[in-house]
Amino acid sequence: MKVVKIVVTVKQVPDPNTTQSLESDHSLARDKEVVLDPGDECGVEEGLQLKEAHGGEVVLVSMGPERAKDAIRKGLSMGADRGILISDPALAGADALLTAKVLAAAIKPEEPDLVICGTESYDSSTGMVPPMLAELLGVPQLTFAKKVEVDGTTLKINRQTSDGHMVVEATTPALITVTAAIAEPRYASLKGIMAARSKEVKQLTLADLGVDRGTDSETIEGVSDAEARKAGSIIEDDGSAVDRIVKVLADAKVI
Amino acid sequence: MAKILVVAELSQGKLQPTAVEILTRARDLGDVAVVALGSGAKAAADVLGKHGAKTAYVNEDKVFDEFLAEPAADAIEQLHKEDVADLILFGFTSDSRDIAGRLAARLGCGLISNASDITASDGGFVAKVPYFGGAKIASMRASGKPAIVLVRPKSFEASESGGSAEIKELAVSIADGSKRARVVDQVVEASEKVKLEDAKVVVSGGRGMGGPDNFPLLEALAGALGGAVGASRAVVDAGWVPYSMQVGQTGKSVRPGVYIAVGISGAMQHTVGMKTSKVIIAINKDAEAPIMKMADLGVVGDALKIVPALTAAVKAKKGQH
Repeated sequence: MKVVKIVVTVKQVPDPNTTQSLESDHSLARDKEVVLDPGDECGVEEGLQLKEAHGGEVVLVSMGPERAKDAIRKGLSMGADRGILISDPALAGADALLTAKVLAAAIKPEEPDLVICGTESYDSSTGMVPPMLAELLGVPQLTFAKKVEVDGTTLKINRQTSDGHMVVEATTPALITVTAAIAEPRYASLKGIMAARSKEVKQLTLADLGVDRGTDSETIEGVSDAEARKAGSIIEDDGSAVDRIVKVLADAKVI
Repeated sequence: MAKILVVAELSQGKLQPTAVEILTRARDLGDVAVVALGSGAKAAADVLGKHGAKTAYVNEDKVFDEFLAEPAADAIEQLHKEDVADLILFGFTSDSRDIAGRLAARLGCGLISNASDITASDGGFVAKVPYFGGAKIASMRASGKPAIVLVRPKSFEASESGGSAEIKELAVSIADGSKRARVVDQVVEASEKVKLEDAKVVVSGGRGMGGPDNFPLLEALAGALGGAVGASRAVVDAGWVPYSMQVGQTGKSVRPGVYIAVGISGAMQHTVGMKTSKVIIAINKDAEAPIMKMADLGVVGDALKIVPALTAAVKAKKGQH
């Protein structure tokens, strides 16, 4: 079996279990609890499982502030081999295309057989970095995978559809995005956490990559609270709840 | 007049509904052309014209059915070079996301993703984008040339404008190098009686259902109401139910007549996908859960008792008619 090199893109995001807030420039407040994106955890897990089955190396690549190193460490403690962090003050507020350009510049020299991404980040949810990255790396993209099989240079995925899945096939090198259904992320063992401390995390700047910051493709003109829906009535179930619900259903003409 | 290109998605020969929703808005923003690629493109042109497309570019080459993203990105890139659009609109759906990302990277123009609205403003376009799973709405001015915006399904209610589209055969050449991610099979897993996105009633379950073993209670209720079952991200992530059932920011957007949220706390991630439902009923043991503040009727109680009783009551009521 061919030894593969797998790159997994990872992002540090505000902890989904905490309340989030915005900075004055409309970027996410990063002083809160931050974690490795839960979707990326699944990507790391899938990378590790492929490595365990086929050998090779798992490299984590992230763009973010210095502290995003913690997200990489988390993946390293799960078992990934090494990490690359692109960190540069000029990248604050980077849009999806700039993010993809930066990641592509860092990933290209690695010449990976497979790049694994989450379907979209928890915080900004554009879902655009993976297809842009695939285009910039010049590889096909196999997206929304809930199952991945590698056989030599043949890659086969089950791609989530609204009523099941489609089977999609390509030859490596390729990029895949994985859904949460792909694999249950493992817990880092104490041994893994210890080992992660001595694993290499290379840090790069925009200048190191030779990427031009460029201009953003969108300008945020304002941010407002989402329109709240008016609350109706709240009742305790004292045995009459079912009748009340049936009345609402009847008023809505669904029964 | 701004020139707008709407990318209509076809799936297994069938026009996907997001295209006509987007057309309903786009026809007020400028001159609208539509592009439909793959099996069924010509048949779709009629419906697309009725919803405001003046021109329908069609190409029924099987290459668009057989390969993901790249052939379509090639075709739209070539079309854009011949007939330059100010704004290209896609639905925020799996296939369109794949195509739009590649196209934007190729054109070097960036894009705005996951929008819930788009309006014309000061000679350009401003999109509304939910942030933080929908707690905040950002107004973003699209500054790319062309501007590319992906609009969430169900953002607009489709209506016909009574027009018709001039059909133009789109002549494009697809390089062999773009035929890489090949679709080899289509598998239907669940024999979904009613599609979640189209259901008039959606019954969704969250962690408060206690475990996957209790989901059949929701199926029974949805069955009695002729509806479909959805779920929160928490239970999908936990592996209780498949991703195809997920409602929310990273799942499906639904707009049913009645949405019944059972044991769902109402995190923004979830509510952004269902808050435009006409009527919302929440059943939760926690009176303080955020879902209660947006429900038309919030019931504080034990879902595992209420749901089966409700199913029986609905069946009894229907039986009377």
